[in-house]
Amino acid sequence: MTPGWRTDGAPPPARWRVARAPLQLLVRLGGGIFVLWSVATLTFFGIRLIPGDPAQAVLGGPGSQASAEALAVARAEYGLDQPLLVQYLRQLARFATGDFGTSYSLKTEVAPLLLAQLPGTLLLAGLALAVAWLLALTVASWSTRGGRVGDWVGSGLEIVGAGLPHFWLATLLILTFSVGLGWVPPISTPGVPGLVLPVATLAIPLAGFLGQVMRESLLDALESPFALSARARGESERGVRRVHAIRHAALPGIALSGWAFGYLISGAVVVETIFARPGLGRTLLAAVTQRDVPVVIGVVLLVALAYIVATAVTDVASRALDPRRAA
Amino acid sequence: MTELEAQAASAVIRRGRASGFRRIGVAEGLSAAFLAFLLLAALAPDLISPLDPLGIDPANAFEPPSFGQVLGTDESGRSIFSRVVHGAGTSLLIGVAASTIGLGLGTILGVLAGSGGRIVDFGVSRFLEVLFALPGLLLALFLIVIVGPGALTTTLAVGLSTAPGYARIIRSQLITVRGSAYVEAATVLGLGRMRILARHVLPNTLAPLFALGTLGVGQAIVWASALSYLGLGAVPPSPEWGAMLAAGRTYLSTAWWMSVFPGLFIVLTAICATVLGRAAGNRTRRR
Repeated sequence: MTPGWRTDGAPPPARWRVARAPLQLLVRLGGGIFVLWSVATLTFFGIRLIPGDPAQAVLGGPGSQASAEALAVARAEYGLDQPLLVQYLRQLARFATGDFGTSYSLKTEVAPLLLAQLPGTLLLAGLALAVAWLLALTVASWSTRGGRVGDWVGSGLEIVGAGLPHFWLATLLILTFSVGLGWVPPISTPGVPGLVLPVATLAIPLAGFLGQVMRESLLDALESPFALSARARGESERGVRRVHAIRHAALPGIALSGWAFGYLISGAVVVETIFARPGLGRTLLAAVTQRDVPVVIGVVLLVALAYIVATAVTDVASRALDPRRAA
Repeated sequence: MTELEAQAASAVIRRGRASGFRRIGVAEGLSAAFLAFLLLAALAPDLISPLDPLGIDPANAFEPPSFGQVLGTDESGRSIFSRVVHGAGTSLLIGVAASTIGLGLGTILGVLAGSGGRIVDFGVSRFLEVLFALPGLLLALFLIVIVGPGALTTTLAVGLSTAPGYARIIRSQLITVRGSAYVEAATVLGLGRMRILARHVLPNTLAPLFALGTLGVGQAIVWASALSYLGLGAVPPSPEWGAMLAAGRTYLSTAWWMSVFPGLFIVLTAICATVLGRAAGNRTRRR
C-alpha cells in the first residue's frame, strides 16, 4: 500500500473525535501503569531467585560474616520474616510513594541518589538524539539525490555506523582526538569540550539505524502519488523534498525515537564508564558489579518510566506531524 | 536485537531496495570470505596461527605491529593476532548461541501471539511491551545481578534481551501472511485451521528467519563483547574479543593496537553479518 492513501471509510463524526482524545489518554496512562507494575513485579520475584539469604545481601554479601543478631535485625527491618505476598505488597506500596530503599553499598537513600544522576544522563542522551537526527537526515537526503554513488555511499555509511559498537568507537575517537590531536579531553570533564566525544560516540551508531529507516521512507515518499502530483503542479524537486518528502522521512524516525531513547540509556552505561562521566549508567554498572539490589531495581524502574514517557511523547509528535493521523 | 535494530531489520527484510550493495555483489563476496575465515579460525585456530594465545613472553611485551607480529603484542608479550584468531571460536559461539536463543524464544512468542487468538495475542503483546521497557543492556544487566557474571550468563542475557524484537517481527509477519489471498483461498477450500497454519502460514512466516538470524549473530557478538568489555562476561586472560579490548583500555595511549584490532574484528563481523543478512533477506523476498 502506498502511504498517503487511506480508503477505509470516511472520518468519524466530529463529536466522536472530541470524546476519543481523553479516552485515548486514559488508555495510555493505564498501559503505562501496567508496564511499571509488571516491571516492579518482575524485579521483585527476579531478585528472590538470587541464591542465598537476602538478609545476608543487605549486610554486604556472603563475605561480610554478619552475626546472627545482625541478620535477625536486618530481617525484621526489611520485613524479610513476613510471608512473600506481604513483602510484595509492601514493596509495591513503597515504590508507589517513591521510596526505593537504601543502597547496600553506599548506605544512602536510592531515590535522591538516582535523581541526582538523572540530569547528566538525560543531557547526554538528548544531545546524542539531536545529533543523530541531524546526521541521519543529512545523509538520507544527500544520498537519495539519485545516482548509484549516493545510494552506495549512503547505505555503506549506515551499515558501518550501525555496526560500530560504542566501546570501540569511543576508543577510536579518544585515540584520534585526545591522544593524537589533543583537541578534547579523553575523560568527560564538566563543560562543552568534555561532552563532544561522549555525544559523538552515542550519536554515530544511532544515526546509522535512523538513517536506514529514514532513507527507505524518503525514497518511498519521492515515488509516491502525492510527490508526483506536486511535481505535476510545477513544484521544483527541491520544493517537493522540502515540503512533502522530508515529513515522510521524519515520521518513522520520530516513531523510532522513543525506542532510541532506551538504546541511548543502555549505551550510556558503556559511554559513561569509558569517559568516566557521572550518570545513571555508571551508577547502574557499579550497582550490578556489587550486586547492590535496591539501586539496580531503582534504575530499572526509572528507565522503564523514562521509556514509557518517551514513547508517549513520540506518539503525540508523530500524530501531530502525520496528516493521515491528525485528529 | 533491540526494538531499534528490529525496526531497522524489518524495514530491510520487508523492502529490499535499500541496499546499494545488492547490485554490486562484491560486498557480499567479501563478507562471505571474511566470515568463512572466522569459521576456519573457530574450527582450527592453530592452522592460521600456531602461536599460543596464552603464551607469555615478557621480553617482547608491547611490540607494535610489524612483519613478525602482524597485530603487535600485549602487556605480557602475547601475540594479538594469535589471540584474536583463537578468540574467534568463543565470540562466534556466544553470538550464534545467543541469537539462537533469541530467535527461538522470539519465534515461539511471535507465533503464539499471531496465531493463538485474541486473548493470547493480547497477553503476549503486553508481555513484550514490558520487556521492551527494559531496553538493550538493562535486561542483561538485571539477569547478571541474579545469576552472576560469566560467559554463559552473557549468552543467555543477550539471547533473552533480543527475543522481544524478533517476536514482534514474527508476529507482524504472521499477521500479514494470515491476511493474504492464498490463505483466504485455503480457508474457502475448507482446510482445517491447524493445517492451514502448518502448511501455508508458518512456512511463509518463517522464511525471513535465516536473514534475521544472520543479522542477529553480528549484533549478538557486539552486545556480548560489550558485556565482556564492562567486565561482566568472559574475563582476561581468555582471548575473548571484548575482554581483550577491555584489557587494552589501560594502555590506550601507549599501545593502541591492543584495543584497535580486537575491536576491528568485532566490527567487521557485525558488518559482514549485516551485509549477508540483507542479501539473504532480498533473496527470500524475491522468491
